[in-house]
Amino acid sequence: MGKPTGFKEYPRETPAERPVAERVRDYNELYREFPVENLRRQAARCMNCGVPFCHAGCPLGNIIPDWNDLVYKNQWEAAYKELMSTNNFPEFTGRLCPAPCEEACVLGITDPPVAIELIEKNIVEYAFKNGWVKPEPPTVRTGKKVAVIGSGPSGLACAQQLNRAGHLVTLFERAEKLGGLLRYGIPDFKLEKHVIDRRLQLMEAEGIIFKPSTAVGTNYPAEDLKEFDAVVLCGGATKSRDFPIPGRELDGIHFAMDFLPQQNRTVSGEKLASQISAAGKHVIVIGGGDTGSDCVGTSRRQGARSITNFELLPMPTKDRSSQQPWPYWPIKLRHSSSHSEGCERFWSISTKEFIGSKGRVQALRTVSVEFAPDGNGRLKMSEVPGTEYEWPAELVLLALGFVGPERDNVIAQLGVELDERGNVKTGADYMTSRPGVFAAGDMHRGQSLIVWAISEGREAARCVDLFLMGHSELPTKGNQDLPRV
Amino acid sequence: MSDQSTDFQPLTGSMAQPRGLYDPANERDACGVGLICSLRGEKSHSIVHQGLQILVNLAHRGACGADEKTGDGAGILLQIPDAFLRARAGDAGLRLPEPQAYGAGLVFLPRDPAQMKYCMDLFEKVVRQEGQEFIGWRDVPVRDEVLGETARKVKPEIKQVFVSRGKGIKDASHFERKLYVIRKVLEKALRDSELTEKKYFYIPSLSCNTMIYKGLLLADQIEPFFPDLTDPLMASSLAIVHQRYSTNTFPTWDLAQPFRFLCHNGEINTLRGNINWMNTREGLFKSELFDSDMAKLFPILTPGASDSAILDNALELLYHTGRPLPQAMMMLIPEAWQNHKTMSDEKKAFYEYQSCMMEPWDGPASIPFTDGHYVGAVLDRNGLRPSRYTVTKDGLVVMASETGVLPIDPANVLRKGRLQPGRMFLVNMDEGRIVDDEEIKSEICRRKPYRAWLNENLVDFEAIPAPSCPPTNFQSLLQRQNLFGYTLEDLRIVLTPTAKGEEAIGSMGTDTPLAVLSERPQLLYSYFKQLFAQVTNPPLDAIREELVTSLQYNIGSARNLFEETPEHARQIRLKSPILMNSELAKLRELGLPGFKSIVLPMTYDVSKGGPGLEEGLTNLCKAASKAVEEGCTIVILSDRGAGREQAPIPALLATAGVHHHLIRARQRTQCALVIESGEPREVHHFCLLFGYGAGAVNPYMAFESLEDLAKQEMLADSDADKAIKNYVKAIKKGLLKVMSKMGISTLQSYRGAQIFEAIGLKSALIDNFFPGTASRVEGLGLEELARETGLRHARAFPPIQVPGRLELDQGGQYQWRRNGEVHLLDPLAIARLQQAVRTNDAKTFKEYSSIINGHNRKGCTLRGLMEFKDTGRSIPLSEVEPWTEIVKRFKTGAMSYGSISQEAHETLAIAMNRMGGKSNSGEGGEAPERYRPDAAGNWRRSAIKQVASGRFGVTSHYLISARELQIKMAQGAKPGEGGQLPGTKVYPWIAKTRYSTPYVTLISPPPHHDIYSIEDLAQLIHDLKNANPKARVSVKLVSAVGVGTVAAGVSKGKADVVLISGYDGGTGASPQSSIKHAGLPWELGLSETHQTLVLNDLRSRIVVECDGKLLTGRDVAIACLLGAEEFGFSSGPIVSMGCIMMRVCHLNTCPVGIATQDPELRKRFQATPEHVINFFRFIAEELREIMAQLGFRTIDEMVGQVDTLEQRKAIEHWKAKGLNLTKLLYKPEVPAHVGIHYTKPQDHGLANAIDHQLIEQAKPALERREKVTIDLPIRNLNRTFGTMLSSHISKRYGAEGLDDNTIVINATGSGGQSFCAFGAKGITVRVEGDANDYFGKGLSGARLIVRPPKEATFLPEENILIGNVALYGATAGEAYIRGLAGERFAVRNSGARAVVEGVGDHGCEYMTGGRVAVLGPTGRNFAAGMSGGVAYVLDEAGDFKQNRCNLEMVELEPVTEPVDIVELRELIARHFAHTQSAVARRILDQWEDVLKKFVKIMPIDYKRALGIVAQQKMMEENAKAAALV
Repeated sequence: MGKPTGFKEYPRETPAERPVAERVRDYNELYREFPVENLRRQAARCMNCGVPFCHAGCPLGNIIPDWNDLVYKNQWEAAYKELMSTNNFPEFTGRLCPAPCEEACVLGITDPPVAIELIEKNIVEYAFKNGWVKPEPPTVRTGKKVAVIGSGPSGLACAQQLNRAGHLVTLFERAEKLGGLLRYGIPDFKLEKHVIDRRLQLMEAEGIIFKPSTAVGTNYPAEDLKEFDAVVLCGGATKSRDFPIPGRELDGIHFAMDFLPQQNRTVSGEKLASQISAAGKHVIVIGGGDTGSDCVGTSRRQGARSITNFELLPMPTKDRSSQQPWPYWPIKLRHSSSHSEGCERFWSISTKEFIGSKGRVQALRTVSVEFAPDGNGRLKMSEVPGTEYEWPAELVLLALGFVGPERDNVIAQLGVELDERGNVKTGADYMTSRPGVFAAGDMHRGQSLIVWAISEGREAARCVDLFLMGHSELPTKGNQDLPRV
Repeated sequence: MSDQSTDFQPLTGSMAQPRGLYDPANERDACGVGLICSLRGEKSHSIVHQGLQILVNLAHRGACGADEKTGDGAGILLQIPDAFLRARAGDAGLRLPEPQAYGAGLVFLPRDPAQMKYCMDLFEKVVRQEGQEFIGWRDVPVRDEVLGETARKVKPEIKQVFVSRGKGIKDASHFERKLYVIRKVLEKALRDSELTEKKYFYIPSLSCNTMIYKGLLLADQIEPFFPDLTDPLMASSLAIVHQRYSTNTFPTWDLAQPFRFLCHNGEINTLRGNINWMNTREGLFKSELFDSDMAKLFPILTPGASDSAILDNALELLYHTGRPLPQAMMMLIPEAWQNHKTMSDEKKAFYEYQSCMMEPWDGPASIPFTDGHYVGAVLDRNGLRPSRYTVTKDGLVVMASETGVLPIDPANVLRKGRLQPGRMFLVNMDEGRIVDDEEIKSEICRRKPYRAWLNENLVDFEAIPAPSCPPTNFQSLLQRQNLFGYTLEDLRIVLTPTAKGEEAIGSMGTDTPLAVLSERPQLLYSYFKQLFAQVTNPPLDAIREELVTSLQYNIGSARNLFEETPEHARQIRLKSPILMNSELAKLRELGLPGFKSIVLPMTYDVSKGGPGLEEGLTNLCKAASKAVEEGCTIVILSDRGAGREQAPIPALLATAGVHHHLIRARQRTQCALVIESGEPREVHHFCLLFGYGAGAVNPYMAFESLEDLAKQEMLADSDADKAIKNYVKAIKKGLLKVMSKMGISTLQSYRGAQIFEAIGLKSALIDNFFPGTASRVEGLGLEELARETGLRHARAFPPIQVPGRLELDQGGQYQWRRNGEVHLLDPLAIARLQQAVRTNDAKTFKEYSSIINGHNRKGCTLRGLMEFKDTGRSIPLSEVEPWTEIVKRFKTGAMSYGSISQEAHETLAIAMNRMGGKSNSGEGGEAPERYRPDAAGNWRRSAIKQVASGRFGVTSHYLISARELQIKMAQGAKPGEGGQLPGTKVYPWIAKTRYSTPYVTLISPPPHHDIYSIEDLAQLIHDLKNANPKARVSVKLVSAVGVGTVAAGVSKGKADVVLISGYDGGTGASPQSSIKHAGLPWELGLSETHQTLVLNDLRSRIVVECDGKLLTGRDVAIACLLGAEEFGFSSGPIVSMGCIMMRVCHLNTCPVGIATQDPELRKRFQATPEHVINFFRFIAEELREIMAQLGFRTIDEMVGQVDTLEQRKAIEHWKAKGLNLTKLLYKPEVPAHVGIHYTKPQDHGLANAIDHQLIEQAKPALERREKVTIDLPIRNLNRTFGTMLSSHISKRYGAEGLDDNTIVINATGSGGQSFCAFGAKGITVRVEGDANDYFGKGLSGARLIVRPPKEATFLPEENILIGNVALYGATAGEAYIRGLAGERFAVRNSGARAVVEGVGDHGCEYMTGGRVAVLGPTGRNFAAGMSGGVAYVLDEAGDFKQNRCNLEMVELEPVTEPVDIVELRELIARHFAHTQSAVARRILDQWEDVLKKFVKIMPIDYKRALGIVAQQKMMEENAKAAALV
């Protein structure tokens, strides 16, 4: 361990955000540079636990104590190698992951946890800066061909792992550029898109064949997948949850996933025929999760007149509750950078009706709700009489989550079975009901975190390799993930 | 009872067969020994009688078992009582020729008449065959009614035999040799015969010089049993006597001592190696003395005999080579000569020359010996057995384990002395004088020009120029690291600290699977566990007592033991057994005459798997044999050639395989085995290689890995060269430590000694490659070992190299990793447990326990392989005793205040006290404030008070406040090792409870310095029982092969509880190699203990407790079924209190406030007693469910019902499949009256204590603080004098005690052992006479004065007055001794003030406080490990600094400071006032002159700490002053 007493000596420190006034004028990333010396001090806070709960809390199984120690010792290249052994894309997770590892950090029992995600991001950026990140094509080719469908984080990870094992991988993407949700769902202020391009270039140089603008099942018949020895479905859980209340048909009510991609395209220089815009409008975002927050930040940058964010559930406590003790992932009040850029947040609020005129939404009507346990110990929601209220709204963004993969197209054509939640059903080996066809990521798991997507991609790749070769040298994270509670 | 017992046939020792886990080979013994002789040479009956008197007065050093009238054996060795024999033989119609022309012997014969006759006929036949004349037999009269029932049942027929000198016998020694041959021929013939009672046949002696009477007797039975011995004609001028204390009671007549030439108090630790080396040496034996008789002597060492018997065999052989008996003794038990500063060169040369021939027989030993002409005794190099002697003016010499064994008029005493470490005490009976150690040895050392021979022949390895070596190939390093199974942890945790010369340290024990249960490929080393010394022999302190240790030895070819020639010294002297690459190259290219080396490839064709490995080994053995035949003297086994096609043969397998192959071929001593291997990296690996015969090891991969780490700048400031040097240093240090854990001092003896137990290896494999090693649950064979090697090979040469993969495996042995080794306490288990106890949720606890049980089942532990049978006797849960009853049997582990915080320590105590369970103080004392309930009514005291080797805070008051007193013999995480609490952690509040100085380092010695043997343990148990008669006394042992027999000894030593700890228990800090590789899982140790106790009918008188990662109700149920009735827990309650297994307890940075003293971190402690109580309730409830399922209503019903357990049938695990738990699950069949759980308390014999008399007389003082004076005589039998009296004072008056001199005792005579142990304040004892060992042990405020009787004429300052280890662990009080003290005076003293007129070796060792003035000479190694207090030594010879003091931790100063001068003068003045010492008088009279010769011994640490304390005090006062202003 680098410094046994580091955690006693140094407080947690993370990079400063650019001032709100400055950052809302652009779509660039929020954070200022973090000096290497400060970063090493943050790494020195790691206690090198005998049982590193962070390592169990990370769905990728990142070997966090090891690289913290190496960073403290200035052994950046070794740290980079260890990091890359469990995570194909730390430059994505280092920016986007909600960091369950930090919730599981032992120091977090009494103190602010180690800034693991920050260190992760900096290790890989340090490596890029020093030119250590190079294409690493496989040492031999097996002669097997694999199709990976969907180029979100799970598809990308899966493709890279399979390619490393020597299989020739074709990566299909229906959009014109690769990256899936990373490219079109995540605003640039959280992930600038050159970060994706930089990685894609490397992967292409490693020998992965990219097929953008190719929607399997639409402009590429699923039939043709026969030429591959295996197929992995990584199409994500792209079906947004709808909100069928009176007035839903009104203009000005959009899914977040209709709104956010347009802005990303614009930022990337595409010229759109038309774009949903929040400029000068009263914006109401329904849904208090990460997507909702992205809508808030984007609306702010577009110049909304006001932004209001609703969440049906009650406001969580600031700290973890006793029902969700350490080291489990807690539901607690999380305040994102977008929230601090100017929006009002309301909890325990249920929208009853959209009100419009001339086909356009103008307001919405809500009621406060409360939750109390029913006889079966479950929480039951009830409306609070007399709390109805009407809000002006010219743009309503629905960020209510996703209900699973799209079931037409490729799923239908391949005829793979779905589970009771509507996700693609597989065995423990990630193989679907159709031999040789595998599924990973949100398409398999349902809507989840980016770390889970990468993790699934990696694990599925190993199973594909085993399926094709009978043995595999690809690593696995092993099980022992921490459960929710 | 007797009719029931008819079906219970106790095993005779010689006929004892292994049953279950019990193996008679593990029996250990120790004892009382004595000798008496007359310098005037006249033979008399009174010598015989007095010899037997000595024995009776040492009776407390022996023991008896369940049958109180059957002892472990006693005997006497005499000169041939010619007049007696002549008369009695005449009665039998036999005529004896003149003395020395006939030989006589005692013979034990079979009971069956036909078999007895067969033996007698054979005897006659052999005598004639060997050309001697057979005279006849005489029935030896015996009185069976004297015997205990058990002894009587197995009593052999006893006869005397007479043989007359045949033609052609030149002289008495020739005749003696012939009698030796006859005996050997007979022994072998009977051993090989088919007789069912052949084991009754035994010849105690057959000689023309000496005669032995012995048997399975108690000391006071020998005289009545053998009427011969009371016959006035029975005369001798010398007698050697012995009384045995065996750990076991399997009764055996032939193990009684003396043997033919010696008797032995102690234990030979290196026995296995000594036997192997001797057996292989036989191949070279040649002598004109024996000629064609030579082959008849083989095997020289009796197979299966006890260590003492085998030592006797070896001595006998050396004697018959023509060496004088004293020289033979010097070869077997040499002094510690290597590091001796003042030893003469000629003596060093002698020893060095002898070391070319034979390794020392190492272990604690006090050995009286005789051939009838010489009689003497030697003591091992460490002086770990007491031996005191008295010479009288009328020519009597009495020597025994204690002084005062015979009444001797003080006026008649000429000299009182003690045997010193490594020294010999010798009487030449023919000349009638005592021969000085120096005289006899220098005579022997001058017999041959040893130094000249060495100079001409012995090669100094360092002087040979080194050839150049090829540079490291970093390109292929990673691949090769993978090939040898290197993990990231090996680099990070194992190797990195060694680059600084340190061994890796860890804490919290281990919770990973045994190698055989691990899914991951393990190195063969991991299947072996280190054995260690506990109870029957002491471990050593290789750091503080380095002067007795040595890693230096010679390699090369050994020669005929019967000769001494210059060529015998033609060997290479190695200073270090770890060879650098350049040194290996030297050996490889050695071009010196007399040496020839060869490199043999230690690899095999990996594609052929198991058969390939077997083939490789066979070829290797053949090649080695051939090489030796061709004259190779150095055989190098090398795996350098391993690669894509060839995999390395596990180096240990190859080493042990070739070693034993060459032993079998009797070629082994003709060559050295040198191992060049990429495999060894940890201390444990080297230990095994040496332990199985390697002469030197070159660990090239470890070197290359360090080089690579240095290159990557991972080693802080070490460059590669420095890192490698430090690595070698660290490994050597570790090696010494492991050796010393077993009590072995030299690598030469350790080599081949096989001090290991295997776990998880097939017997076929063991018999082939590791014969003589215990392996009790079967397991892997060659096939599976090849598979493991194959897995490593495949990782090094994978079919495809995948980018982005970790270059080396993560390991996960030391820290949990997802892809690493399984840990019982993984993240989810810890999280679930904490969740459960905090929310008081039994359901979550079930989730926790199912995780743990699941890990166990998948193969973390042996218990995981067991399952409960369906008994068909299930009962409703409500019928099972309630949890509140069960938790009374629960205890928390010994975690000291100091290792854990006050908050944690007291939370545990409160919780356990509330439930009626017991918490354990650990070794660190306890604040007296805790002895009363606190304001809230909580009891914060620990019910169990531990007594460990450091004796920190062990006062009379501490002892009386306990419900149970636990003697910690060993600790699971580091059995056989001491500990050290660095000064930085000795915060003022810690120092206070430990009676030490803040910031002064505290060392716990590896051994208890009052327990060097089993009878010493019995003594300490007795002491503690006196100190607190109401408390149970418990002895903590660690699971290892043979622990059952030790436990039997503990039960016989009258302990109330024996605790069997698993090897996996937690610790604050311990070397990783000890955490992982020493000791065994409790399943094996507990089961062996229970089986052995039951078989010996010792179980019902002792409570058996078990601990070691007991984490669930199922764990407890299995422990109970295997024989435990009480249960200890540490990890569970600690995790319940918030521990998250950081495993950094040794760093004081525990982030949850448990294992830390840092006030800031302690604030983070969040647990409450309820959390701990919840844990125990959940465990008890789970246990109850299992009890109901199996049909047990109470724990008592359940203990030992192992037949409700079975080995799980379907075990898929590819390694665990081969395990066989039959022995472990064996249930001894015994008659109903033999208890299988605790039912009856021990009789501690306190009723007879002299203290009752003292207490009665001291009543006015005890009740009313009135002054009393008591006068009384004392004897050595009055052990632990004054201790019970002190307990009464402490109970009433606490640590403060009574006013000075309230109780004054004037005693005359010899004080027994532990005189005034834990003596409390207010008592003054004046002894006129002398005293034995452990004088003033744990002194707690009393004043002790010893001076010779007034009538005595000897000079007190030249005579020994008190024994060894005086004032051990004293915390307060005074002692004035007018005379000399033995070894280890004031060891670990932390507060007593003492004046003495001279001390033996290791004076003031580990002292942490108090004052000691020595007004005369000291032995060697004074002040070793001394971290506090001050000593003054009068150094009249002027060589104290140079030769006698250990300067590691102290500075020497003149006494010039006025404070010091005043202090010293006052000490001496008091000494004079109390003792009228002439020495003190002279010093005071010539004060100015003598003062200059005094040396002040000041610990460096102490000086620094006093500075800190003074500074803090000043700051506090300044602050106070400022506050006032």
